[in-house]
Amino acid sequence: MTLVEPARRGARSIFLRRPFFTLALLVAVGYVLAAIFAPLVAPYDPVAQDFNAMMQAPSGAHLMGTDSYGQDILSRVIFGARYALIIGFFAVAIGAIGGLIVGLAAGLSGGWVEWALMRLIDSILALPSLILAVAFIAILGQGVDKVVIAVGLSMIGPFARTVRADVLQVRVQLFVEAAGLMAIPRAVIIWRHILPNVIYPLAVQVTIRISEAILVSSSLSFLGIGVTPPTPDWGLMIAEGRAFVSFAAWMSAMPGFALALLLIALSIVGDGIREEFDPKLKGKA
Amino acid sequence: MQNAERPVFELVDVEKVFQVRKPGQRFGRQTVGLHALDGVRLSVGQGASLALVGESGSGKSTLLRVLLGLDAPTNGQALYRGRAIREARAGGSDFARDVAMVYQDARGSLNPRMTIGALLAEPLRRFAVVPEAQIGARVEQLLTRVGLPADAAARYPAALSGGQVRRVAIARALASEPSVLVADEAVSGLDVSTQAQLLSLLRRLQQEMGLTLVFITHDLGVASYLCENIAIMYLGRIVETGPTDAVLAAPAHPYTAALRAAAPSFFQPIAEPLPGEIPSPLDLPAGCRFSGRCPRVQGDCHASDPYLARAGEGRSVACLHPLASPQASALAGTFQD
Ligand SMILES: Nc1ncnc2c1ncn2[C@@H]1O[C@H](COP(=O)(O)OP(=O)(O)OP(=O)(O)O)[C@@H](O)[C@H]1O
Ligand code: SF4
Ligand SMILES: [Mg+2]
Repeated sequence: MTLVEPARRGARSIFLRRPFFTLALLVAVGYVLAAIFAPLVAPYDPVAQDFNAMMQAPSGAHLMGTDSYGQDILSRVIFGARYALIIGFFAVAIGAIGGLIVGLAAGLSGGWVEWALMRLIDSILALPSLILAVAFIAILGQGVDKVVIAVGLSMIGPFARTVRADVLQVRVQLFVEAAGLMAIPRAVIIWRHILPNVIYPLAVQVTIRISEAILVSSSLSFLGIGVTPPTPDWGLMIAEGRAFVSFAAWMSAMPGFALALLLIALSIVGDGIREEFDPKLKGKA
Repeated sequence: MQNAERPVFELVDVEKVFQVRKPGQRFGRQTVGLHALDGVRLSVGQGASLALVGESGSGKSTLLRVLLGLDAPTNGQALYRGRAIREARAGGSDFARDVAMVYQDARGSLNPRMTIGALLAEPLRRFAVVPEAQIGARVEQLLTRVGLPADAAARYPAALSGGQVRRVAIARALASEPSVLVADEAVSGLDVSTQAQLLSLLRRLQQEMGLTLVFITHDLGVASYLCENIAIMYLGRIVETGPTDAVLAAPAHPYTAALRAAAPSFFQPIAEPLPGEIPSPLDLPAGCRFSGRCPRVQGDCHASDPYLARAGEGRSVACLHPLASPQASALAGTFQD
């Protein structure tokens, strides 16, 4: 007897089947490489001020021009990718792990524990993550580590909500009941049967939400309450260039463009991963 | 072992009532009782094979859930070898190992994130059926037994067809070496040759290992091939039981007779059993629950509700006016043909 092979079909050719996904992935990988090797690829020191070269338009010497302190914008954009990706990654890690714990607890406990957790999530979720992050910054103070924690905490709510919804859906599945019929202990059922069916959708969420975390952290910097100068942070650079936008537009436009391109690339990659690996979006055999 | 002579399963006037929202009230909180099982009497002995037959909604799956201890009966007693089923299930893993289930929705009963090999290894490990080192070999053996290639172990359920998934579900049920197999439509919807292959596998296991079988089916042919005994369900009650061949050859209950007439050739699902709507279990007719559709209905049928009572050798029927004495026709069938 032969077995049908729907799962393997074209697994290798995903890059050919999804050209935009491939392009976006290349862009995202480019950002990651630039961030990792920033000291090697950046032409100047990102915080070196040169008062002989202030507010120069893009040229051969400064491909993206310089800012009002004479700092090379290209170098600052490249180092800025470091901060953006580090903040995005760790903030989402905090949000996803916290959300997984809270969501699992809410989805599996039932009764008043679930009620209390859900009211907590609801009261947190009612606020947009930017507002919530501002509130946490007000408590924690400024700095890269504080931004990571504030943005991470503000994302626990949305993560917890989707995890709980998935748990509620998975725990009534027949295979969970079947495991109970085989006298599999409850802790093992949660670990082996419920968790994997919740983790995969969560991983997809993570790729999509990294861009949200980057946007929120840049917004904090833009508002002047996140990362402190002279850290080469995109949000901060956009804010600094705002005063000169009429005659030195590149000061805001270059970091803005870098931010927009990364966000678009990440969301295309996230969507591609979701469509490719989410069994709910695939026709079942 | 003093339980060896007790029937494997014994149901004494089991009722299962679900509280459902009153029909027509979409927002109200008032509920009414839905009698999914209503006065079920049943006994399944060691090594017996019982087919459960009935229209959709007659309570077959609910009966299985009670047998497995997944649902507690609202009233009456459900016993496993003389012990309350819920108690037997709660009291350790013996019940879980001894009684295995094949779900109606086989695909839904398999974790989509586990390979077939891991799915089959789970009960093997849980019940320490074989030492760890032999698990791979035993998985292969189970796959071969249900007619799947050994390389299926590395696949996920999504990569298998409906019929193959059914085989995996059966293989997993057999992994714990149970003495009782409970199956909900385990072979329906499969093509004829696959069906025949699985049926002969089950029959072999039954003969070689003395497997006790409770088998829900829509197909009278499957019932008569696989099961010595048959129980016909109608609206939450077993209305006739007995040896499959005798019951199908000479039905005593008018409902059985109608089912039989609706399935003139075996190995075909019952298409349209009977004229007339099956009444809602929320609003049963007074007296006999079949009175609204029964061709033999008489005045007293509307007054009293017949219970399952003995009617001849190994047979029982719940009808005030059963068809021609089943004993006589059974004898006729045995001696004069
Ligand atoms: N959890 C439940 N809550 C409320 N009503 C239920 C529940 N489970 C079953 N019922 C009702 O009980 C009756 C019997 O259902 P059951 O699933 O046992 O039928 P069945 O004979 O298995 O049907 P089928 O052949 O379609 O599988 C139906 O009227 C059904 O609507
Ligand atoms: S009791 Fe009356 S109505 Fe019911 S099945 Fe028998 S003859 Fe028909
Ligand atoms: Mg059913």
